[in-house]
Amino acid sequence: MTAFLSVLLDGFASGMLLFVLSVGLSVTLGLMNVVNLAHGAFGMVGGYVCVVLLNRMGVPFPLALAGATVAAGVLGLVLERTLYVRLYRRDHLEQVLFSIGLVFVLGAAVDWFMGARQQLIQLPDWLSGRVEFWGVGLGRYRIFLIAVCGALVAALHLGLVRTRFGAQLRAAVDDGVVARGMGLPVPRLFALTFTLGSALAGLGGALGVEVLGLDPTFPLKYMVYFLIVVAVGGTNTVIGPFVAALLLGIVDVLGKYYVPEVGAFIIYTAMVVLLLARPHGLLKRADA
Amino acid sequence: MIALGTCHLTRRFGGFTAVDAVSFNLLPGARHALIGPNGAGKTTFVNLLSGALPASEGQVMLFGQDITHLPQHARVRAGLARTFQVNQLFPQFTPLESVTLAIGEREGQGATWWRGARHGAEAARLLDDLHFPEADRTRPTAELPYGRQRLLEIALALALKPRVLLLDEPAAGVPPAESREVMQAIAALPRDVAVLLIEHDMDLVFRFAERITVLAFGAVLADGEPDAIAKDPRVREAYLGTAEVAHG
Amino acid sequence: MRIALHALPWLVAIGAYFAMPEQLPLLSAIAIAALFALSLDLLVGYAGFVTLGHAAFFGLGAYVAGILGQQGWGEPISGLLIAAAVAALLGLVTAPLVLRAGELAGLMVTLGLGLMLYEAANKAAFLTGGADGLQGVEIWPVFGAFRFDLWGRTAYLYSLAVLFVLFLLAQLLVRSPFGLSLRAIRENPKRAAAIGIPVKRRLAAAYVIAAAYAGVAGALLAQTTQFASLDALSFQRSAEGLLMLVLGGLGTLYGALIGAAAFTIAHHTLSEASPQFWQFWLGIALVALALLGRGGLMGALRRMTRR
Repeated sequence: MTAFLSVLLDGFASGMLLFVLSVGLSVTLGLMNVVNLAHGAFGMVGGYVCVVLLNRMGVPFPLALAGATVAAGVLGLVLERTLYVRLYRRDHLEQVLFSIGLVFVLGAAVDWFMGARQQLIQLPDWLSGRVEFWGVGLGRYRIFLIAVCGALVAALHLGLVRTRFGAQLRAAVDDGVVARGMGLPVPRLFALTFTLGSALAGLGGALGVEVLGLDPTFPLKYMVYFLIVVAVGGTNTVIGPFVAALLLGIVDVLGKYYVPEVGAFIIYTAMVVLLLARPHGLLKRADA
Repeated sequence: MIALGTCHLTRRFGGFTAVDAVSFNLLPGARHALIGPNGAGKTTFVNLLSGALPASEGQVMLFGQDITHLPQHARVRAGLARTFQVNQLFPQFTPLESVTLAIGEREGQGATWWRGARHGAEAARLLDDLHFPEADRTRPTAELPYGRQRLLEIALALALKPRVLLLDEPAAGVPPAESREVMQAIAALPRDVAVLLIEHDMDLVFRFAERITVLAFGAVLADGEPDAIAKDPRVREAYLGTAEVAHG
Repeated sequence: MRIALHALPWLVAIGAYFAMPEQLPLLSAIAIAALFALSLDLLVGYAGFVTLGHAAFFGLGAYVAGILGQQGWGEPISGLLIAAAVAALLGLVTAPLVLRAGELAGLMVTLGLGLMLYEAANKAAFLTGGADGLQGVEIWPVFGAFRFDLWGRTAYLYSLAVLFVLFLLAQLLVRSPFGLSLRAIRENPKRAAAIGIPVKRRLAAAYVIAAAYAGVAGALLAQTTQFASLDALSFQRSAEGLLMLVLGGLGTLYGALIGAAAFTIAHHTLSEASPQFWQFWLGIALVALALLGRGGLMGALRRMTRR
């Protein structure tokens, strides 16, 4: 029983992480109707920036996280303004080719400089080891993850519901044409949102080195996970993707722990089934 | 016998009722116009008839057959064709290819894979009948002047040899210099085809229609002969305060 | 003149057999890639239906032909036909799922199905050999006479012959009313439905045909290399197929051939330098093609000849 609770909590933590990694994609897809298969690349870049800062330059862990966030955000901003902006009106095939290409380029670059091996980081002492609650052993890092990601969820939710930017964003996701007609600065909204989404992915990638692993195949390996979160969770709220990410994280970790012989098959099947069960869910509007 | 009939046909979008319990009959060989102020639900109504949109409630009958749940292509097979208010053509196809394709589908040969298309001659005859200029028949549709594209809209519908034809604002946006051939085509429609014309241009409506139905706020406001409709105070009221001017 | 132009790629292919006897395995790889690109072209280029999981059919064909050969039925032609049939069957079963979901969701369903099949093959090691690949495939001589030799002569001529026959069939298909209706659906699905084209049924038919073609391509790979591995099912392969297509020119059958040849040769040359080098330039090519628009090499050729 306690083992089960431990695994469950692991799943919870990785679900939180998946949310931070993929929330940006749900906005890209919903707001801009862009099939961006390269979203994970921002997570990968964040991860590597964190590894380099921490391992090679001895920067403290919280600062390394901040560095990863900023680096991925800046990369997102630059790519959005120079390249993505040309793709908004193109068809899905071109978006698919472009974003796969971007994944290949960034993956090859990372492979060239850092090698193909899994990256490891040395966590600071205050985040290592386990603590016991009522006989259930919990990794400190998992608790840290849950706290950080939980705070982010709350901040994003309040940001979307309470701020002017959030209201504009929701209006633009609901109906881009109307939003433009109302005089909302849609291009600036796009750029800001893309930057924010990339920065969050970068932070997720950095936080995830210890949990999800990090190597040049990271963007492709987790692409399906991000897509599931978006497909199931919807694009207009924070809570939808959050719940979807939690479920996905828990199912994934439980599956890998208890039925390893089935492997990732469960996740892929879940994706297909959910897409078919909710064909008129959130993705329908992105189609229209 | 009723060519095309609806019974309490309704379509809702969320809380908004675009077409509200419309019961309507189109007789065989009719020249019938459907008019109404902007936003009256005319195009939604056409989309319900053609099957482009599913109905929320009610029935659509084609020559006594319930087609409410038939998909679009099956309604076409049953003899119901339409044109679009905004051109819906095949931009890279030539008009000759487009019409040939439509004829082939009508003849049930669309799934033929082992030989080329066979209806080029019939397509050319149809384009002849519509006075479609020879030189424009083998250019990509996207390069044609707007008026000629509107004419192709009608040609594609006629290629299907429909029993019922829905014309959704066939002359909309055609510059006067190009409108003659479209008007000719409308005037020369085969007499045995029942035609429902959705139109804003009142000159065309009163020249063409033998019966008129007025739609307002998704419901039938009035239905009758053109003279009666022109005198109907409710119709005048519905049109006042909108940008439309009734010429009739 | 036109006939000469049509014969040209095939004359080049036969000429290559004599001119580059030491490069026959590369030439076979080109022929197989061309068949895969051709199958994608029917679906993506002509019918306008984008898929991210086409490797599923390629890999399935490879494993079917490979397992047949491993289990004692090494007759190549019937192996191809069985592989085509099994791939078509998978296409038939999955087509309603993929088409039901709508465009964007359908794209993701193709991706999900592809990954499912990859994972299934990975885990079903008793059947597929898992990550080690399928060992011990034995293929009998073609027509009982032409043995698969060490230099790859039979392999190349066999692959080329199959490609040629299926290319002719594809040409017949795209020029027929059926092919015209697929292009019509790509151009304007709304109008296609309004002239009585059963859009979903036609797309499903295109999907099944493309699946069968990809199955044959996979089977050719397994038979000529006497080996099948998870690579055949990978997402990478689906993506590469799309790249070949866009590189050569969408919606032109010769574009698929040229794109596959250019891609395979570039892959061969660049990955000799280093795998990262290849991946980097592949990515750059994808980004550039996506941003600079359609037409590919065929488009460039046409512009050159028009001048």
